Amino acid sequence: MRTDESAFGRRLMDAVPHVVLILGVLIFAFPIYITLIGSTWDAGTIARGNLPLTPGGEMLDNYARAWNETRGDRIIHTPVRIMMMNSLIMALVIALGKIAISIISAYAVAFFRFPLRMVFFWMIFITLMLPVEVRIIPTYEVVANMGLIDTYAGLTIPLIASATATLLFRQFFLTIPDELVEAAKIDGAGALRFFVDVVLPLSRTNIAALFVILFIYGWNQYLWPLLVTNSGDMETVVIGITKMIGNGEAATDWDLIMATTVLAMLPPVAVVVLMQRWFVKGLVDSEK
Amino acid sequence: MATVDLNRVRKSYGAVEAIKGIDIAVADGEFLVLLGPSGCGKSTLLRMVAGLESITGGEIAIGGRVVNGLEPKDRDIAMVFQNYALYPHMSVFDNMAYGLKIRGVPKAEIQARVAKAAEILELGRFLDRRPSQLSGGQRQRVAMGRAIVREPAAFLFDEPLSNLDAKLRTQMRVEIKRLQDRLGVTSLYVTHDQVEAMTLADRILVMNHGVAEQVGTPLEVYQRPASLFVAGFIGSPPMNVLDAHVEADGRTLALPCGAALPLPHPQPALNGREVKLGIRPEHVAVSADGALSVTVDLVEALGADTVVYGRLPNGEALLVRMAGLPVCREGETLRLDAPPPALHLFDGATGRRLED
Amino acid sequence: MQRRVIFDNKALPYLLLAPQVAVTLIFFIWPAAQAVWQSVHLQDAFGLRSQFVWFENFEAVLADPNYLDTVRVTAVFSLSVTALSMGVALLLAVLADSRIRGAGAYKTLLIWPYALAPAVAAVLWMFIFNPEIGLLGRALNDLGYAWDYRLNGEQALTMVILAASWKQVSYNFIFFLAGLQAIPRSVLEAASIDGASAVRRFWTITFPLLSPTTFFLLVVDVVYAFFETFGTIHALTHGGPGKSTETLIYRVYQDGVINNDLGGSSAQSVILMVIVIALTAIQFRFVERKVHYS
Repeated sequence: MRTDESAFGRRLMDAVPHVVLILGVLIFAFPIYITLIGSTWDAGTIARGNLPLTPGGEMLDNYARAWNETRGDRIIHTPVRIMMMNSLIMALVIALGKIAISIISAYAVAFFRFPLRMVFFWMIFITLMLPVEVRIIPTYEVVANMGLIDTYAGLTIPLIASATATLLFRQFFLTIPDELVEAAKIDGAGALRFFVDVVLPLSRTNIAALFVILFIYGWNQYLWPLLVTNSGDMETVVIGITKMIGNGEAATDWDLIMATTVLAMLPPVAVVVLMQRWFVKGLVDSEK
Repeated sequence: MATVDLNRVRKSYGAVEAIKGIDIAVADGEFLVLLGPSGCGKSTLLRMVAGLESITGGEIAIGGRVVNGLEPKDRDIAMVFQNYALYPHMSVFDNMAYGLKIRGVPKAEIQARVAKAAEILELGRFLDRRPSQLSGGQRQRVAMGRAIVREPAAFLFDEPLSNLDAKLRTQMRVEIKRLQDRLGVTSLYVTHDQVEAMTLADRILVMNHGVAEQVGTPLEVYQRPASLFVAGFIGSPPMNVLDAHVEADGRTLALPCGAALPLPHPQPALNGREVKLGIRPEHVAVSADGALSVTVDLVEALGADTVVYGRLPNGEALLVRMAGLPVCREGETLRLDAPPPALHLFDGATGRRLED
Repeated sequence: MQRRVIFDNKALPYLLLAPQVAVTLIFFIWPAAQAVWQSVHLQDAFGLRSQFVWFENFEAVLADPNYLDTVRVTAVFSLSVTALSMGVALLLAVLADSRIRGAGAYKTLLIWPYALAPAVAAVLWMFIFNPEIGLLGRALNDLGYAWDYRLNGEQALTMVILAASWKQVSYNFIFFLAGLQAIPRSVLEAASIDGASAVRRFWTITFPLLSPTTFFLLVVDVVYAFFETFGTIHALTHGGPGKSTETLIYRVYQDGVINNDLGGSSAQSVILMVIVIALTAIQFRFVERKVHYS
């Protein structure tokens, strides 16, 4: 029965990609699953190291305490609702701020000719090469001297200039046909009117894509908020988790920490999954 | 509605002169076609009228008002672009209404004007659609609708049919012609297509290298081309151009191939000079005692007529277009004749027509 | 580089550029210049006076055996993270690109880790590999393998490499998949008519055509490993035990913020800047070449 044998062999070969891909999916899902489970048990069960692989009964209690209270059994923390609000404000201001200042500066560079145009362009361009981490200490000093420590302004504005977004918008603007601009001029639209009536609506997809990427960038900031926030009221949730963990002894409020971790993951993961189409396009386009 | 007057209009980019002084007075309601090969400056000239290009020298007046310093929106013109230039995110209605909205025209009037234009252009069913949901021909009609609703002093068309396929182009050409007859708005129309020019124009301005080669009605331009360039550009297949010598007696043209043709009109100034002789392929006729002897290289039967690629005894090429089906075969020798009224003489050096 | 048709307002473009330029000047150019200035100055203990010291800070930094250790750790860390995350991502992308059932679902299930913060990824790994409470951490110890990344430097380095790579796979996956989908099917079909096996097709056609993506990701991943993994390391090991997981950026933070050594930390920042600028320059040279030859 040779034919059966080779058919079986072929089916086996067809299965290999699925096996590998499912394995990949599991490797990415497993840590999340464990954390989800952990957030439904009490601290004692987790600390003993015998976390079951099925949900426990403490879920509502854990999340409620993490969300509202400042005091666990062993640790003191900023309530997650405050940290989440801080993270949300930071992510939104960074994402929307970057989009706003990038789109208008790209419009200036693409649609006008004026002295020093290329100087400005290159000045924006070289910021590509200076991630915040590289210039962290002097930037911190500038912000400290301006009295912006523990403020939303200090948390967000230094991260708001974006060469990537400016280049992406400029690239897109260069594809808007000249005739469209001329038609608008003949229709009587000036530069600002053209921007509002034509350029902004045409940029919707790009704006959506950038919003996803920049929201995640903002939400996930670590070193910068670590430096410029001291008071608990200004803490972001990503920083908050590691502060709650401290040195990571066995006997700590793991239940609260895991609930907080789940909450911290929710907004960015939701944004990526819900806006997957724009996000993938935007990510790939913005790096061209 | 208005006249459009161009007075020694010039345009240079640095040291390069793109438009070298154009004069033309377009009458109220006239349809003027700017015709020429790409790069001749016809689009630049139109864009200068629109206000999209600055004017280096001279004056442009629309309705008697000099517009040199005015923005496009203040010139009371509307323009139709080659690639339609519709706002992709707006509906057909909004595309047509946009210019009126900016000008603060009352809503009810916008409605009325767009409805009227849509009716003329048969776009009524498409008012809610986006440009991407329309065919090329429909898009071009929207672009024209956008111009019509403005009720401007003049329409400017920049190769509006070039992006359409051949069949649609013919159809739209007829529509533009009807529209012009109905609306009677002064129009400037840029094209490189001589058929569009011949069928649409009241007058044609033939341009080459930034210079007006000739201004005239379509038939004038065809019958009495003012230069070798115009002669070669208008007519299909193009006019044959041969070297010729005007005999000292002033009555005969001697051709290098040995043939002699009678000079159409005596021009004493030409006696004994070298000239260029132009003969349209369709004006050559087979004739048993014809002066020209031609060996047939290739025969193209187009159905309604036939194009013969012939060769004179000295090797010069001669195109012949005959009505009907082929009457000769490749390799055969034909005797041809060209009647004196079909002969055009040009100055070999300047390319200008030698007036008769 | 420039549109043909433009608007001719005089002041408007400057107004439009003002916010971006202001932020760039105040928070990018000025601090970077500060870093360069501080890197060639020495401040007294009270921060009152500073003295120009040429390259002494750099010499001090580069002569410090601890710093060279940090360089070694950074090199091992970056290369491992880059190789691991790119290798896994390429494998998954090639499989997901082949026309198998459910490719769309696999894609969705593989890209979401992009959304996680590096620090959060580290915390997830901690829950699993913590020797006392972690499922796998305890299992390793139960099997007789002495696993405690808080005490053992090599284990700590392995742990941060795994956590950092795990998070970066999805980013690489997205780009590899986009790169693979941009390869014209006809080329692969032609090769398969020529009789090339699947493996051979991959190495002689797919992989070379993918090289712009690979190169781009190489640079991005190295930059990621250099800087963004600060959160991973801070959350998991705080650079320890000893200095076994201290990378260059962690040390800048340690010296500048914790130890308050401005000159030394600035000199380190300047070294990092040079590295990033070099990486970016290489990338642009390459991108330019790609544009020229394609």
